[in-house]
Amino acid sequence: MIQALDVSRRGFIATAGAAAGVFSLGFSVHAAKAQGMARPEVNAWVVIKPDDTVVIRVARSEMGQGTLTGLCQLVAEELQCDWSKVTWEYPTPGQNVARNRVWKNFSTGGSRGIRESEQYVREGGAAARIMLVQAAANGWGIPASDCQVSKGVISHHASGRSTTYGKVAAEAAKLAPPTQVTLKNPKDWTIAGKSLARLDTVDKLNGKQIYGFDLTLPGMLNAAIKACPVFGGKLTGFDAARIASMPGVKNVLKVDDRTVAVIADSWWQAKVALDALPIVWDEGPHAKTSSADIDAMLNEGLVAEQAYEGNKVGDAKAAIAGAAKKVEATYSYPFQNHACMEPMNATALWTADKCEVWCPTQNGEAAFGAAVQASGHPAAKVEVYKLHLGGGFGRRGRSDYVIQAVNIAKQMPGIPVKLLWSREEDMAQGTYHPITMCKLTGGLDSQGNLVGLHMRISGQSILAGVNPQGLQNGRDPVVFQGLNPGGAEGPFGYTVPNLLIDHAMRNPHVPVGFWRGVNLNQNAIYVECFMDELAQAAGVDPLEFRRRLMKNTPKHLAVLEAVAKGIGWDKPAPAGIFRGLSQIMGFGSYVAAAAEVSVGSDGKIKVHRIVASTNPGHVVNPSQVEAQIEGSFVYGLSAALYQACTVKDGRIVEQNFDTYPPIRMDEMPKVESILIPDGTFWGGVGEPTIAVAAPAVLNAIAAATGKRIRNLPMKNTDLKRA
Amino acid sequence: MAKLMVNGVVRDVDVHPDTPLLWALREQVGLTGTKYGCGVAACGACTVHIDGEPVRSCSMPVSAVGLNQKIVTIEGLSQDSSHPVQKAWLALDVPQCGYCQSGMIMSAAALLAKTPKPTDADIDAAMTNICRCGTYNRVRAGIKQAAGI
Repeated sequence: MIQALDVSRRGFIATAGAAAGVFSLGFSVHAAKAQGMARPEVNAWVVIKPDDTVVIRVARSEMGQGTLTGLCQLVAEELQCDWSKVTWEYPTPGQNVARNRVWKNFSTGGSRGIRESEQYVREGGAAARIMLVQAAANGWGIPASDCQVSKGVISHHASGRSTTYGKVAAEAAKLAPPTQVTLKNPKDWTIAGKSLARLDTVDKLNGKQIYGFDLTLPGMLNAAIKACPVFGGKLTGFDAARIASMPGVKNVLKVDDRTVAVIADSWWQAKVALDALPIVWDEGPHAKTSSADIDAMLNEGLVAEQAYEGNKVGDAKAAIAGAAKKVEATYSYPFQNHACMEPMNATALWTADKCEVWCPTQNGEAAFGAAVQASGHPAAKVEVYKLHLGGGFGRRGRSDYVIQAVNIAKQMPGIPVKLLWSREEDMAQGTYHPITMCKLTGGLDSQGNLVGLHMRISGQSILAGVNPQGLQNGRDPVVFQGLNPGGAEGPFGYTVPNLLIDHAMRNPHVPVGFWRGVNLNQNAIYVECFMDELAQAAGVDPLEFRRRLMKNTPKHLAVLEAVAKGIGWDKPAPAGIFRGLSQIMGFGSYVAAAAEVSVGSDGKIKVHRIVASTNPGHVVNPSQVEAQIEGSFVYGLSAALYQACTVKDGRIVEQNFDTYPPIRMDEMPKVESILIPDGTFWGGVGEPTIAVAAPAVLNAIAAATGKRIRNLPMKNTDLKRA
Repeated sequence: MAKLMVNGVVRDVDVHPDTPLLWALREQVGLTGTKYGCGVAACGACTVHIDGEPVRSCSMPVSAVGLNQKIVTIEGLSQDSSHPVQKAWLALDVPQCGYCQSGMIMSAAALLAKTPKPTDADIDAAMTNICRCGTYNRVRAGIKQAAGI
């Protein structure tokens, strides 16, 4: 593989002079010192210290998904360094801006951390290796091509000389970067592709890992916060005098037009005082809106004339009208909160000269932009320091809590203030998984073949809420994840001669956001459960029914066949246990699941085992991919079984884990993962598999009980046998 | 001023008696390894040991803890991350984001102290902590590895 480095890619090497301590931009020097950035820098991605410690710079955020370790493996693979000497650091968003985005995108979402950056980080590692070898060769007065490299040791066999990366790094940093690099064939990988231990585990075992929640700065105060619980409402006023004398209270502030905060010595004092603070809200136009109103709005969309097309083949409506048998079903999927274990938080210090923010964020550059805007300072006087995230799942791609922290800090100049959300605030002020319904209508011919399928999705658009400029003539393409005619974000896995998938956009007042798995979650439930309904109507085995529709989508079919084989689909299930299948494609990867489930006479659902398969193109760390599959199933099954955010009087009803429970260990099924990367593309890992757990389980429940659950979460359906 | 025995050291804690032990540990003693997750004893991220028993410190007021009671936090579980649970967690790469793991580890250590060879049912009953990343199967494997079963 030979890649010519284009001009933009050379950007990161152009600053290699920084290694000698000569940043062209004064701010970078300041920021590097402030952050204690490691030296010397061979290029933007690689620092090698004199003791041979390799510091790999990671622009994406670590929130549990293992991206940090995976990206380091990719750089180290091309660098050919000693993995046992690898450590890492986050460059700051401010430095990225100051250095012309040398680390490119910081955004960590959409399962894009590795697949979007793998090529340029590998090139960064390869370029650094070439420069290090050249530096050694120059010292010896020989051509670089005569040198050999192994685990950070450069040798010249003919003369018996050797040196290490650490000894030549400072000289290497002065060299011109290579204009082209050759990347290794993944078949030859020795570091990438292996189940190496994560680089960030040790401090998570002894309490040393500092999350945003744990940060302490000298002279720091703490803020507790409350925004109007009704979306669209405003803060009318509050009676600060009533709590001014409570212990520790330092200030009571209007944060923005819908939010108030109490600042105190400790967070607990701030929280107690906030709970006692009389607050008057103007609850606005949605003060009486409830879930029933939102359901009515979506129900209307199911039959509305106007809808945006996502996938259209032939004439579905005519084919269904003329079919021998018609099958129809309506499904629904609720609002859901991310509920990261670590609630939202940020710490800010604002002075007339500078604004600094410490925060867990999935998007350092977005947090930086938000901090710049809120601070009133130019970018060169703002910095954001990223901390490991106590979960992200899409919630921390937003910067609302960063803006709040800066708004507070601006009113407390010179004092660092740590803003922590309570769990209740986190549940009340989410950016929720979109609410949708789907009406599916299918037509079968007399042989049980699917001749027409219409999927009408009605409900909320994420782009309309988050990024309206991304709409295409009003249409939200993200709605159709997994249902598209083509593309990396999910081509539909079935060939249906007459197909219509369309979306009636209905946007309630509840704020929406990207939530692990995004629209793939409900789309997989809609399609894969309905496929089982169609198969049943046709009197055909669900696997066989799918196979007939998947002749043109062999990659979709391959993962489905893998899980069918893994679960033993061709053999009967153990007594009392029932099986279900599902597959979909999204976030660039092909995924499938097969579940074994039993349902007690009391209606209690027990998921015994799930066999999962994914073809993500490449696997950088198999152990971490398996961890992501298992973890995604916990997140997906928690949502499918129990989790809904319902609306009453304009606000979210569920305030904590007692009413919004995830599954716990006693409900965790065994998970067997089958990884079948075919090496032809780079797909995502953190999200895709989440989508297949719920439909596989729902299909198994239907097989077990004869009852088809169509409204999520499952807890709302009573499976008790009479 | 209350006094607490934390990880073998007597600490002065200047808080209102109603203050949850969690916040006294985090904000007064400065031990931030014990996490806040829910504040209502639902998630277990705040689990510490009091006289060897796993306790959800977010819902235990400081006034309910006497100086004669030994509080152990994640920072005091071992000097050098050498507790069998910590070693098993490292070997199996249990944590993902890690935020819940202090509580997971403290719950697991308390379980094994009482039940050195736990069954799956014992593990299910004792380990009711919430992990949003979904590390449950590795937590189970970690407990078994630490128990040598």
